[in-house]
Amino acid sequence: MKHLTLIAALVAPTFALANPDPSDWDAVTTQASGQTVYWNAWGGSTTTNDFLAWVGDRVLEDYGVVLEHVKLTDTADAVTRVLSEKQAGEDDDGAIDLIWINGSNFAAMKDADLLFGPYAEQLPNWAVVDVDGKTVQTDFTVPVEGYESPWAMAQVVFVHNTATMPETLGSMDALLEWAQANPGRFSYPQPPDFLGTTFLKQALVDILDDPSVLQSPATDENYDVVTGPLWAYLDALTPHLWRMGRAYPATGTAMFPLIADGELDLSISFSPGAASTAISNFELPDTVRTFVLDKGTIGNASFVAIPYNSGSAAGAMVVANFLMSPEAQARAQDPNILGYGTVLDMDALSADERAAFDALELGIATLSPAELGSVQAEPHPSWATRIADDWAERYGTGQ
Amino acid sequence: MLRFLPALTLLAMLGPVIAGLWGTALPAFGHLPAAGLTGPSLDPFRGLFGWAGLGAAVRLSVMTGLIATSVSLAIVVFITAGWSGTRSFRMLERMLSPLLSVPHAAAAFGLAFLIAPSGWVARLLSPALTGWDRPPDLLIVQDPLGLAMIAGLVVKEVPFLLLMTIAAMGQAQPRRSLLVAQSLGYGRLTGWLKTVFPRVYTQIRLPVYVVIAYSMSIVDVAVILGPSTPPTLSVQIVKWMSDPDLSMRLTGAAAALLQLALVIGALGFWWCGERIVARLGDRWIMSGRRGQFDAPIRIFSLGLGSISAVAILFGLAGLAVWSFAAFWSFPNVLPDSFTLRTWDRHGPDAIATLGETFFVAGIAVLLALVLVLGCLEAEHRSGRGLTRRGLWLLYLPLLVPQTAFLPGLQTLLLNLGADVGRLPVIFAHLVFVLPYVFLSLGDPWRSWDVRYTTVAGALGARPRTVFWRVRVPMLLRPILTATAVGIAVSVGQYLATLLIGGGRVSTLTTEAVALASGGDRRAIGVYGLMQTLAALVPFTLALIIPTILWRNRRGLHD
Repeated sequence: MKHLTLIAALVAPTFALANPDPSDWDAVTTQASGQTVYWNAWGGSTTTNDFLAWVGDRVLEDYGVVLEHVKLTDTADAVTRVLSEKQAGEDDDGAIDLIWINGSNFAAMKDADLLFGPYAEQLPNWAVVDVDGKTVQTDFTVPVEGYESPWAMAQVVFVHNTATMPETLGSMDALLEWAQANPGRFSYPQPPDFLGTTFLKQALVDILDDPSVLQSPATDENYDVVTGPLWAYLDALTPHLWRMGRAYPATGTAMFPLIADGELDLSISFSPGAASTAISNFELPDTVRTFVLDKGTIGNASFVAIPYNSGSAAGAMVVANFLMSPEAQARAQDPNILGYGTVLDMDALSADERAAFDALELGIATLSPAELGSVQAEPHPSWATRIADDWAERYGTGQ
Repeated sequence: MLRFLPALTLLAMLGPVIAGLWGTALPAFGHLPAAGLTGPSLDPFRGLFGWAGLGAAVRLSVMTGLIATSVSLAIVVFITAGWSGTRSFRMLERMLSPLLSVPHAAAAFGLAFLIAPSGWVARLLSPALTGWDRPPDLLIVQDPLGLAMIAGLVVKEVPFLLLMTIAAMGQAQPRRSLLVAQSLGYGRLTGWLKTVFPRVYTQIRLPVYVVIAYSMSIVDVAVILGPSTPPTLSVQIVKWMSDPDLSMRLTGAAAALLQLALVIGALGFWWCGERIVARLGDRWIMSGRRGQFDAPIRIFSLGLGSISAVAILFGLAGLAVWSFAAFWSFPNVLPDSFTLRTWDRHGPDAIATLGETFFVAGIAVLLALVLVLGCLEAEHRSGRGLTRRGLWLLYLPLLVPQTAFLPGLQTLLLNLGADVGRLPVIFAHLVFVLPYVFLSLGDPWRSWDVRYTTVAGALGARPRTVFWRVRVPMLLRPILTATAVGIAVSVGQYLATLLIGGGRVSTLTTEAVALASGGDRRAIGVYGLMQTLAALVPFTLALIIPTILWRNRRGLHD
């Protein structure tokens, strides 16, 4: 019996280390101090990289958490990593502690029990998150249930260079007509790139008279009928794309130099403030503006999630919580830094905290919240997965 | 101790390759227990053959590999045939040798910016000559035939093959043969091809095979310059390996085995080609024709060789200009203004990454030097030289496509519970660093005059003393050159760092290729330049250090 107590005493701290309790915030911060958090996030955008580096400086200063940004070319890499760790039995200290994750990868990881949590709604800063006004509790229609925490709001905007394309377009049909009249001046990133897939969803949502069918999972029965108009649309559009659709930009930011050089007049972005930020970084000419469609555009929240086998879950929670802080949110919304929409409820903030947001100049190419108009709901991830696969089959293999 | 070093070297070089192939073969036949899948099954291959892009991807891999190799080899052979021994040749050699160390990714970035429709060449000619005030909608970079990718490979393989050829000529004694041929009325080029080339080719055959295998399976250049609808098979393998859907990994593993088969097939095809060329060449030699096209071929080959050198140099200059550019749009030849902002933003990170890059490279090269020097010394003391079979073993890690064994190695390392991080990455780099260090050190080591040993022995020195106090100091220059080669090889490793490091180890190359997808040319400029410097500086040091150390030892200067 004495031995058992001894063993329990020896085992207990390790056990506690592996499973920090999110509701005991003091314990979390104590445990987090000194931990190194490997944050796997897409590394293609230098502005985002700079912001993540700043977050690293701040959490080191306040909590003693060392943040390492692991720069990915594709978020799916991180998911694979966790999967292969699980298959290898590495359950205690995986290579990844935090992932900037999108809806379909979240759905896949949640489905496979690869996530730590629930933790998000126990974080102290959850209290100031705009739960009612922003879609922070579902991700691509999948209930979040505390397995990921939001840190930015995104919405599709179209980026156009007014020097060569003064007009704005009200619908996807108008875009097709414009592309036919101006061949080679529009493109979108190659799916399964996140933004490329978003473009396909945006097209589908806008073409369909009633997109509500997209809110439930795609079935073998309805998939062909629902997506038929999309393929007809793309068949008409593709020959008029940049390079006649025989090559595509790799990502959204890869389209900026193409606009700057005058190769493209029009592109798409998932961040309403990105164009203004790019102008201030010399990546886009100052004649660039943005617009949204008449029926509105797709929007969602960006989330971070913690893998089930993170050895530094406490540190990761500290980072996740800091990302939702008024300080980090105001900085992320500054178009000179990132230009990402905030997830916070302005009414829940103190006057001082709100002042930081009010003081921000949105930037010349950024639409005001009113101009951004209504946000269209993201389709269920099953649609995106099948559409991206079909796209690759139809347009991505040179057939 | 010394006796075990050759075996240890073989283990370090081939162990990971064999283990990795095993780790690839299991999932390729449906065996992935963690995903609840136990083989054997042929489903992964069914999935692979069901992929609509397979035909195009395979064609692309094979064609780019074979064409890039043929073109590079042709340029090198004709330049050497037409110009070796002349001042132009020495100039070209001097221009190309440092380019050998320019990492593939940096060269590819530079080239992309030169030849794109909005690139420097188009900017120089526009709008005055072309009438373009906007870039034309031309598919130059990422073209479906992979021509841009072939160009990117050629500019990098020409310096490699040229230096290999020059090294081989030392043993072929071309001068005498050429003199005889010329006195019989053959032109310089025809005479060289008929008398020297057959002997030289035997020597550079393995390097040519390496170029084939490498070009067919390279990932970073293909990502930057190659097409994406579909990409080459190797790029697609990496995509499958990182798909969140586990069953895709099986398809990826099956594709990796296909990649291996393709490389073996291509090498076999080349081998048959060698036979045919040899047969035809025999007939051509016997015909006694003196050759009529010497002059145009000479000019043409020198032109191509110079273009390939100039392309890299201007590409790097383009990277430098971008890294200091404020707003810069088409068709302006230079940016509106220059700014230090990009270096302010990325410089500190790039320097930190440089440290990590050198750390990994330094340890890998140090290990390689210990093993290689040990092997060479053991070879010297036992008096048994490297056999032909030994040479093949040395080349084996370079002939097996990286995309075939690195993904499997990654899975195996995880199974062993080996912590991801620097150590496995260093050992993965060692696989590629070792052969190059061995090859670059072997010849100078063996051609060292052994009578020094006799003299030192007569003065009472033991073998150990001879090694440390006579041989190593005298061979300092080749040792430093081998070190620089090893560092350049390590700096350039993309896949080995990415897959084995699990993202935790970032070097200048992985950072630069990650930035490629974002298209921020300014940041790419910073990382591309840093990457080039990381490879070039050791070479410069290898030249300078012996000159300073031996400034009063004239006999030690070549």
